[in-house]
Amino acid sequence: MSLLPLAGIAVVVLGFALRLNAALVVVLAGVVTGFAAGLTVQEILIAFGEGFRNNRFLALFVLMFPVLGLLERHGLREHAAAWVARRRAVGVFRVLVLYLALRQLTAGLGLVSLGGHAQTVRPLLAPMAEAAARGADESLSAQVTERVRAMSAATDNVALFFGEDLFVAFGAVLLMQGVYAERGIVLEPLHIAVWGIPTALCAFSIHAYRLLRFSRSLQR
Amino acid sequence: MIALVHVYGLAGVFLAGVAAMVLRDRSNPRRFPSALFWGLLSVAFLAGDALPSQLLGAMVILLAVIAGCGGLRAGERTPVDPVRLRERAAALGHRLLLPVVLVSVLTLCIALGAPRARIAGMALISPVQTTVVALGISCAVAWAVALRVTRASPREALDGGRGLLESVGWAALLPLLLAVLGVIFSRAGVGTVLSDLLTSGFPLDSRTVALAVYATGMALLTMVMGNAFAAFPVMAIGIGLPVLVERHGADPAPLAALGMLAGYCGTLLTPMAANFNIVPVALLELRDQHAVIRAQALTAIPLFACNFLLLFLFT
Repeated sequence: MSLLPLAGIAVVVLGFALRLNAALVVVLAGVVTGFAAGLTVQEILIAFGEGFRNNRFLALFVLMFPVLGLLERHGLREHAAAWVARRRAVGVFRVLVLYLALRQLTAGLGLVSLGGHAQTVRPLLAPMAEAAARGADESLSAQVTERVRAMSAATDNVALFFGEDLFVAFGAVLLMQGVYAERGIVLEPLHIAVWGIPTALCAFSIHAYRLLRFSRSLQR
Repeated sequence: MIALVHVYGLAGVFLAGVAAMVLRDRSNPRRFPSALFWGLLSVAFLAGDALPSQLLGAMVILLAVIAGCGGLRAGERTPVDPVRLRERAAALGHRLLLPVVLVSVLTLCIALGAPRARIAGMALISPVQTTVVALGISCAVAWAVALRVTRASPREALDGGRGLLESVGWAALLPLLLAVLGVIFSRAGVGTVLSDLLTSGFPLDSRTVALAVYATGMALLTMVMGNAFAAFPVMAIGIGLPVLVERHGADPAPLAALGMLAGYCGTLLTPMAANFNIVPVALLELRDQHAVIRAQALTAIPLFACNFLLLFLFT
């Protein structure tokens, strides 16, 4: 067995470890892997071109930017923050755990597009969580702001990943069904999706507990 | 019919506008390479279907080289006065939220309603990647609503969008590049080599060991490929079906679902899943490139353990 195809992984690991520009590292890894697999320069260029063409939709979140950029210049984030600040009792924990629950439930119903880093985290969730962390005192250290923002993004990810898998028509469920069906094991999508429930509950409990501890660590 | 190509066109026009603005921005220390970057990306979006794959591939590599050599910079921006921001927020109130909420809700409604929206037997919205098309339409509508709410000029919206795009920078391109890398990895058989390594190195006669290799393999392979979808077929065919189902009599349904979820724990831990872990870092203007992964790690690791326990008990 040849280990040559793994050369690209080495490039990725090394590149990320050395904190080189990630875009360059990824492209370099692609070229190295291509050569290792015996592709010609032509074929590598074609692979890049086709891959780009078929995956352009992954960059479409930039369409949100003119909307967000404009609204932010007119106080969107300040408004979201003020809204939370008016409710004294609302802490970081409540803001984030409520979002976790709502996002996980809606994702489980297949309503994945209701949230996202560009759609909800930057304009709404992060400013709200920051305002809740700020509480009575006006200023928030840069370090705490960074932690609150990162935790907001993390909460969206956890909720999405461990919610969407419960939806029977979700891609992952259909992929699993397809891979099995090709090898003669026929399963109903629902039968696969129900097995996502225990892990979804664990994910909610673990992350909610972490949010509680996170919120308490900020109060100190 | 509104299809993916129109949404790409819209993104291309936005990027072209950004490129033009960057080109005239004298405060940008590298304005020519930066404008070239956004301009090339704009062309790739506008003409991606017409350009030969080789040329498109060369453009993608050039984009990465510009970014990698520090050619992509942002111009200086004077932040809006915080007092004015608070005044505007107080004056406009919840109306500011309308366009943001609209994007999410409208995307959903369009995606759900698309199969029924027909004019003279023709589908109004393309059945290919409906959600993405719906997102594009919703953003355009939200753009118009945002202009009305704020009474700003389209130019101000473009400039606001440019500000965000410049602060995100090359990270906007990263999810796309990683998807391309995934395609090349599959073509080179990276997943198969890794799963061979895993299955040949461990005593799979033990059910516990086989389950551990399966779950860990899903997580590791997902971390390498950045995507549990790419890891699942490799692990299912490499070990899930031949070893766990056939030899150890595992129940295939929980095996599949819990295996995939073990992969998701890996997704929370890898910079290769850029759209979840790196793009938000740029979007939220965090200094630590791995801040989101750090915030996720202590959820992902115990969750992986729980998930493994479930695998052990129910398959």
